[in-house]
Amino acid sequence: MNEYTLPIIFGITIGTLTRIYMLRTDYRQYPTYLHGKIIHTALGFIAAGLGSVAIPSILNEEFTAITFLTLAASQFREVRNMERNTLTELDSYEMVPRGKTYIEGIAIAFESRNYLVIFTSLVSVLGYLLFNIWVGLIFAVIALIISRVLMSGGKIGDIVDVEYVKPRFDGAGLYVDNIYIMNIGLPQRQEEVLRYGMGFILRPKNFNARSTIANLGQRQAILHDVSTALGVYRDSGTPALVPLAKRDLNDGRVGVFVLPQEKNIDKALKIIGAVPTLENAIRMPTERNTSEERSQS
Amino acid sequence: MVLEKYILAVITTNPSKVPSGATVFSCENKEEMESIAANLEAILDGIAHALNEELYVIVKH
Repeated sequence: MNEYTLPIIFGITIGTLTRIYMLRTDYRQYPTYLHGKIIHTALGFIAAGLGSVAIPSILNEEFTAITFLTLAASQFREVRNMERNTLTELDSYEMVPRGKTYIEGIAIAFESRNYLVIFTSLVSVLGYLLFNIWVGLIFAVIALIISRVLMSGGKIGDIVDVEYVKPRFDGAGLYVDNIYIMNIGLPQRQEEVLRYGMGFILRPKNFNARSTIANLGQRQAILHDVSTALGVYRDSGTPALVPLAKRDLNDGRVGVFVLPQEKNIDKALKIIGAVPTLENAIRMPTERNTSEERSQS
Repeated sequence: MVLEKYILAVITTNPSKVPSGATVFSCENKEEMESIAANLEAILDGIAHALNEELYVIVKH
């Protein structure tokens, strides 16, 4: 036992708890069960350890010890790879796949949450060493709040207006509002589609949103989220019953066609609104003009 | 080899309209055409698309 033992244990505990707190199982059902959670809790523990020893090593004037943090960076990049590989493997067996963009978003989230753990541990140990354990706790809570803000991104509901539209057939063509979805030939399939199908129109609120929801990965993420939450009327070998999202080229609206097991319009509207805007899908075409003007002035 | 967007079969009541190079099922009437299209859709894991009243194609997507 030396003067740093307690602060380090404190930091590791706080960091691991932060990781467990961030590891919620929600409607996305990922990570699901015990083993996935153990992996991430263990990695969170390692991250917490790395964050906790940073401050004591600076105080001991062992500056080279800080280079350990670079080890953390490569370690957690590995986490991102691991998550990406697992999810990509599993995706081919999903009824409605997540899509590569969504997977990449999840993988990035797993990597960055470990950095948030390092940050939380580091800050709380700093508070403990500079003042006392209570200040350390306060620092930890502040860091946790910051982490919470950082880890929650935007939602689709913030950038588009969602509206329910009953899908219809024009000949063999399936339409949501005036957006053509697909051609379904067989009359009995058409009946199924009309009975179970739901259509939604996403109307972008501004020009940036238009490009964001045009992204195929973002659209797939919407389809996946709706299908996981409401179930899906589909089986392998029935490609005619696939949920699709198509775009109106004139004004950038997106028509979403889904076949849920549970036809609950209010719930579906809420779910679509709560789909995360994937950070890899976000486009800001309007930012370009402003930055050019800035560089000219 | 994985096929994408490929016409697997053509089902028609009017064989004179069908081009060569595809597997064609000529049918007597619309009911027969629909039942064959439904079966082929299930067998081939494709989608039966209606091009017009007398011509269905099964497409692999």
